[in-house]
Amino acid sequence: MGEEEKLNMEGKASPVVTQTPQGRDPLKGGLKVDYEAVIGLEVHVQLKTNSKIFCPCSTEFGAPPNTHTCPVCQGMPGVLPVLNRKVVEYAIKAALALNCRINPISVFARKNYFYPDLPKGYQISQYELPLAEHGYLEIETSQGKRRIGITRIHMEEDAGKNVHGELGDPHSYVDLNRTGVPLIEIVSEPDIRTPEEARLYLQKLRTIMRYLGISDADMEKGEMRCDANISIRPKGEKRLGVKTELKNMNSFRHVQRALEYEIKRQHRILEEGGEIIQETLLWNPQLGVTETMRSKEEAHDYRYFPDPDLVPLKVSEAWLNEVRSTLPELPDEKKVRFMKSYSLSAYDAEVLISSREMADFYEEAVKAHPSNPKAIANWVMVELMGRLHAENKNIQNSPVSPQQVAQLVALIDRGTISGKMAKEVFAKTYQTGKDPQRIVEEEGLVQLSDESELEVIVERVLDEHPDEVKKYLAGKTKIVGFFVGQIMKATKGKANPQVVNKLLIRKLQERG
Amino acid sequence: MEKISRSEVLHVARLARLEFTPQEVEEFTHQLNRIIEYMDQLKELDTEGVEPTFHALAQTNVMRDDQAKPSLSQEEALANAPDRDERGFFRVPRIIQG
Repeated sequence: MGEEEKLNMEGKASPVVTQTPQGRDPLKGGLKVDYEAVIGLEVHVQLKTNSKIFCPCSTEFGAPPNTHTCPVCQGMPGVLPVLNRKVVEYAIKAALALNCRINPISVFARKNYFYPDLPKGYQISQYELPLAEHGYLEIETSQGKRRIGITRIHMEEDAGKNVHGELGDPHSYVDLNRTGVPLIEIVSEPDIRTPEEARLYLQKLRTIMRYLGISDADMEKGEMRCDANISIRPKGEKRLGVKTELKNMNSFRHVQRALEYEIKRQHRILEEGGEIIQETLLWNPQLGVTETMRSKEEAHDYRYFPDPDLVPLKVSEAWLNEVRSTLPELPDEKKVRFMKSYSLSAYDAEVLISSREMADFYEEAVKAHPSNPKAIANWVMVELMGRLHAENKNIQNSPVSPQQVAQLVALIDRGTISGKMAKEVFAKTYQTGKDPQRIVEEEGLVQLSDESELEVIVERVLDEHPDEVKKYLAGKTKIVGFFVGQIMKATKGKANPQVVNKLLIRKLQERG
Repeated sequence: MEKISRSEVLHVARLARLEFTPQEVEEFTHQLNRIIEYMDQLKELDTEGVEPTFHALAQTNVMRDDQAKPSLSQEEALANAPDRDERGFFRVPRIIQG
């Protein structure tokens, strides 16, 4: 992968520092300067097909060892791999969603190395002519929007799984069920500057893969795996420092922590005048450190060549358009539309589009009560998500339906119940699944908005508290809150607060 | 000047997990150089404007539908295994230290 430096995102030309006044090369370290990190990510995403990429074995997860293999994925002599059309479709979807250019012709290549989980002695991948190139992904960081370039996306087969025995066991164990499960590898440009950006990039990738329905992209399940190339350099320097490669980061948090640690480690070495060694490091989440990979010397000499068993892949304009027509609305577009159509803040829209299911839930609720999308957003984000989150559930398991959220907001908007009452009703709907309307009827939870009825109560409360009335008239207007409380108590919380406030002020002034 | 050195032959042999006697190394170095020299003759052709060939066949897009079919049984899958365990894993010498 090319690591040539590009213009930075803002297109600003940064001053090139190659020599310090002392005549030292800043990349060689030994200086107290501000460093920035240069990070590129290689992400593997497992595609959710029924069968493997080059043979019809099932991709089902969790089967007993070596029960989903055949002569093709076992690498027996004389077999021929045949490409799964769905893998190409899914990969095209990903490429389009990541703004890539799809190569009209792409070629599968053999990547040669020996490892027990790779029965053929080579992995079928793409090298010189990958499926897609030159894309990008936009992330929303705390410093604003950043565009991260995507170098390439290619298709390849997964390897099997190695299981290592207990300490002292001289064996490892190999399960080839995963061998040949389809993957796409998404390689970013070295455009990422902070661990936070790396995490946001991965989270955005996951969201897009899920929107596309091509992968669940769960890092903890290995459906999305990430390796990072990272180096540091003084701010403003255009050349790249010596990089290390980080592996074994199995969650968003691990990626961020590993990168944070590695930046500090490289920083310390350079400041002490040392040299970074180009090497592969493994993140050790228990100790919170990166460690030199102790496995047998990595060859990194893969002798790629076009796989003679697979003919070139041609993606016609017609095929491309066909796939393009099946693309769903993507997160970025959805966010803009939510902000426009429902007058939501960028933050609210971002939360609501974080999954397709959540966005659909919200829109269904708005459809059932179109006049107040902002209130529906609040109920979904605060009350509903709060409860789901506390129970470790997601929106798909919500005991409250979108229509019920809409009904609740409608009840408030019509003045039938107060916001405070609505919270109780919501809690009951959440627990029992009963419609808010029914709960309101069954429990007689109708808000008291009738002025003549409330007037009687207001007068009575004022009569009962002559001292407080005096205080109010003497200018202590904050005491209104006390009267509101008394009235709420008298009405068991059913009084309409707006009406009560209006009446109170009027009646108090009448006594002045 | 030889195109392929003795050390390159040894490097490739190591990547392919092959062991050669010193005589074999000499012999293969010589033979590989002759092959490369032969390839050099092709360089004399003018290939301006000729698309690179990635495959001997003119065919493209040989694909199948995404339908899962039954696999080998675990016993069949392990029939050629040099070693296996009772859970149905291939057993190999330990890969990582520890």
